[in-house]
Amino acid sequence: MNKQEFKEGIRDGFPICLGYISVSMAFGLTAVKSGMPIWSAILISLTNLTSAGQFAGTNLLLAQSSYMELIITTFIINIRYFLMSLSVSQKVDKEFGLKERLIASFGVTDEVFAVSMQRRSELTFSYMLGLILTPILGWTGGTIIGAVATSLLPASLTDAMGIALYGMFIAIIVPPARENRSVLIAVILAIAASYAFTYLPFLSVVSGGWSVIIITVVVSAFAAWLFPIPEEQ
Amino acid sequence: MSPFYILGGIAIMALMTYIIRVSPMVIFQKKIENNRIKSFLYYIPYTVLAAMTFPAIFSSTASQAGAVAGCVVAVLLAYFKRGLLVVALGAAATVFFVSMLGF
Repeated sequence: MNKQEFKEGIRDGFPICLGYISVSMAFGLTAVKSGMPIWSAILISLTNLTSAGQFAGTNLLLAQSSYMELIITTFIINIRYFLMSLSVSQKVDKEFGLKERLIASFGVTDEVFAVSMQRRSELTFSYMLGLILTPILGWTGGTIIGAVATSLLPASLTDAMGIALYGMFIAIIVPPARENRSVLIAVILAIAASYAFTYLPFLSVVSGGWSVIIITVVVSAFAAWLFPIPEEQ
Repeated sequence: MSPFYILGGIAIMALMTYIIRVSPMVIFQKKIENNRIKSFLYYIPYTVLAAMTFPAIFSSTASQAGAVAGCVVAVLLAYFKRGLLVVALGAAATVFFVSMLGF
């Protein structure tokens, strides 16, 4: 354990932690408001440490979906972590054995990945531990605050919070769609397909979980074929 | 909702997420070079979130007029690059005020 490296990890992870508290508060609020028990919202945040993946999983649980839908949806949404972990695995130092890999990979989120890729030197296990620690605390702690606050709020206010989850999704989609025409087209196609699956009689027999999977795979593949991202990005 | 159903579901979510994160760290040492696969993965977060948001957002609250107003506010706030919490709370506040107006 290298104390200096650990401290630098804590320093770099703290801004992520602050960002996570606010988002996970909204998750705790909306999950409990939608009918999840408080303990389950906290357990989801502690064991999943994802945004979109656990939001979608929670939605599926609330809809009493099958475990098969849950498995495939979680896989599809989180498959991007595969690529991030892959990049992290290329940057860790020689001291990273199997045990270190098993522990550090639990904390590879979008933000942890981004920060670790910005670091100039190789990634030590001490640094990664520090980097991951405060985001986990922030994500779980924020969920607890949000989940408990729900029971203290009036009904009109908690009903209004039902839209917050979708607000977060919009906050993730819109800025890149504004900058990048290919993302915008992919988003519009996905929305159009989602409407088709909701309202067209022969498509609306497909359950919500499966239609999201089909739309995601087909539209992403189509967008990748039409607009491949530039090499070496 | 039975606690066992929820617990099983959480275990599945946690396990799937962890397997995806841990497997490249443990198994693969080479980088993905195929640009088609990289492009496919690049679009996934946006298509999945877009498909989950629309049209579901319009039935996310008791008042549909409120949901439409909240959605418009969320898109505007996101367009001007406000953070996740500001967009989420802005949408919720709009729904709250519209419901106060009696729509």
